[in-house]
Amino acid sequence: MRIAAPVLASVLTLIVGSIFFASLGHDPLPTLYAFFVEPLSSMNGLSEWLLKASPLILIACGLAIGFRANVWNIGAEGQFIMGAVAASGVGLFWSDPDSALLLPLMFLAGMAAGMAWAAIPAFLRSRMNTNEILVTLMMTYIATLFLSYLVHGPWRDPAGFNYPQTALLPAAAMFQSFDPAYRLNSSIFITVVAVFLMWLFTDRSFLGYKMSVSGAAPLAARYAGFRESAAVWIGLLAGGAAAGIAGMAEAAGPLGQLSPQVSPGYGFAAIIVAFIGRLNAFGIVLGGLLMSLLFLGGEGVQMTLALPSALTRIFQGILLFFLLAADFFIFYRIRLVRPAPDAHALETAR
Amino acid sequence: MELFTAIFTGTIVAATPLIFAALGELVVEKSGVLNLGIEGMMLMGAALAFWAVTAGYSMPVAILAGALAGAAASLLFGVLALTFLTNQYAAGLALAIFGSGVSAFIGRGFGSDPIEALHGVNIAILSGLPVLGPLLFRFDPLVYLALAMFVAISWFLYRTKAGLILRTVGESPQTSHAIGYPVIRIRYMAVLFGGLMAGLAGAYLSVAYTPLWVENMTAGKGWIALALVVFATWRPLRVLLGAWLFGGMTILQLQGQALGLQVPSELLSALPYLATIVVLVLISRNRQMLALHFPASLAKPFRPAG
Repeated sequence: MRIAAPVLASVLTLIVGSIFFASLGHDPLPTLYAFFVEPLSSMNGLSEWLLKASPLILIACGLAIGFRANVWNIGAEGQFIMGAVAASGVGLFWSDPDSALLLPLMFLAGMAAGMAWAAIPAFLRSRMNTNEILVTLMMTYIATLFLSYLVHGPWRDPAGFNYPQTALLPAAAMFQSFDPAYRLNSSIFITVVAVFLMWLFTDRSFLGYKMSVSGAAPLAARYAGFRESAAVWIGLLAGGAAAGIAGMAEAAGPLGQLSPQVSPGYGFAAIIVAFIGRLNAFGIVLGGLLMSLLFLGGEGVQMTLALPSALTRIFQGILLFFLLAADFFIFYRIRLVRPAPDAHALETAR
Repeated sequence: MELFTAIFTGTIVAATPLIFAALGELVVEKSGVLNLGIEGMMLMGAALAFWAVTAGYSMPVAILAGALAGAAASLLFGVLALTFLTNQYAAGLALAIFGSGVSAFIGRGFGSDPIEALHGVNIAILSGLPVLGPLLFRFDPLVYLALAMFVAISWFLYRTKAGLILRTVGESPQTSHAIGYPVIRIRYMAVLFGGLMAGLAGAYLSVAYTPLWVENMTAGKGWIALALVVFATWRPLRVLLGAWLFGGMTILQLQGQALGLQVPSELLSALPYLATIVVLVLISRNRQMLALHFPASLAKPFRPAG
């Protein structure tokens, strides 16, 4: 039954999508084909599909650990940006640009920066009782501005014709592509490991169990002596680490440099991926593949059918709407209840 | 004096969208519902109001269109959160993402030209007064509407029976249901009202404040409005004061840029977000003060038992 809701939601999203396309004057079937099938019909398309799914799955795994404990980190976008910034900083300014240690150092820098950016809301929530939703979100705006400052200011490539971007990362600071013709690179193995670790944590560890209890039944968790602040710290740091690594992999992979548009919204989309995946590792992989297809299809129809890029975000929203609504039919039994007598009617009857 | 007038009036104007959005959310939260989607509803309001102006409709019609767009968006959230009993955090986030997508879709053909902004009022004698005229009586009508809404909402929540019922529903829906109040229907009305206000806030941005269309032009104002409600510990007067504080911050930042301060413009732009965090921390540390006015059933789904 837990699988039924995402499938139902996906089908309903497709139906609404068809109606939407038809109302825009596009024949629904060819448009759906262009959106969801065409991108996967070439080697390059498959490479791009996995390339985009990888960060989404990675971030969603980290976020889901927090969501299970009702820790709402919705600032993965900012943690992603800070990871990309820190990793690029190491890649650009390390004294030996040919060092084999460069990539591992960037990995650590990206992870540390993502965790540091998430540690601030974790500290404020656990020590100061401050709502982490708002703080993580505000931190995202600040990270975006910080990135903009760097690429417009001190880190701007002097040979870059005044474009707001850094110099290209040296070759040793980049993940190797599997095939020079396509962009898919070895960073996808990080995601594979992350999915396994997440499964291990949520399904096979006592700590993961304690965190799930904190989310599902906070009072029971407190009675059993599980510390709420531990759940807050672990939840936020896991999300921060995953997002930071994803940011690092994006800079050291398809981008190769920093620019103001480092993320096409992966940090926000990953929240939806975590929900579609029902906060468990296997589901998140499927959710990430679906969401990546939405990104890819959106880009595709933007080029071939001149449909606006905003469609991707609309579909993301609709998908989440349907998913949440579908849950209702799975978690509740519907029963007709006669309404209680109106208070006002009672008063006047007296 | 001129600088003072500029800062003062600028603050009032910059605070107006925050007042609309935060007061609307205050009513929603007082009924026990947490709608995180203000940003999405504001964007829908901004896009539709801007569209109405470019399509040749009059200003009042455009503003009404913006407000109704916000209400329509809030209905989506309402159906999910109230009828389908979904997690309100997730439903609100979905609305924020959806609203940003739909508004970008509506606004794809708008171009980058500004429109003629909503005019300031001209009240025969008052606007002509030497000092007070420019200071108090030349704002656009929506600024006064925002203040009127503040008075109306304060009166409604704390001086009417309907307001008392709304707050009761927010404190204990079970009790309210047992007495016979239609909890779900009351919450729907509160959510729709919040959407209307968020739509107004968005309309204000696109037809009076900026007045042009930029994708994601709210730039986090919906989330700041959400923070303002916490900052205000769910009391209307503090929402107003908080909005002015943030309006002032925005204007000082703009003035700082105009004066050519030797700091990166990005740092100045980050000030409102930093301030939001600082203010939230200061308020949230005092758990007692929060608990005093916090609607006890906030964000908990309610289904009538029995």
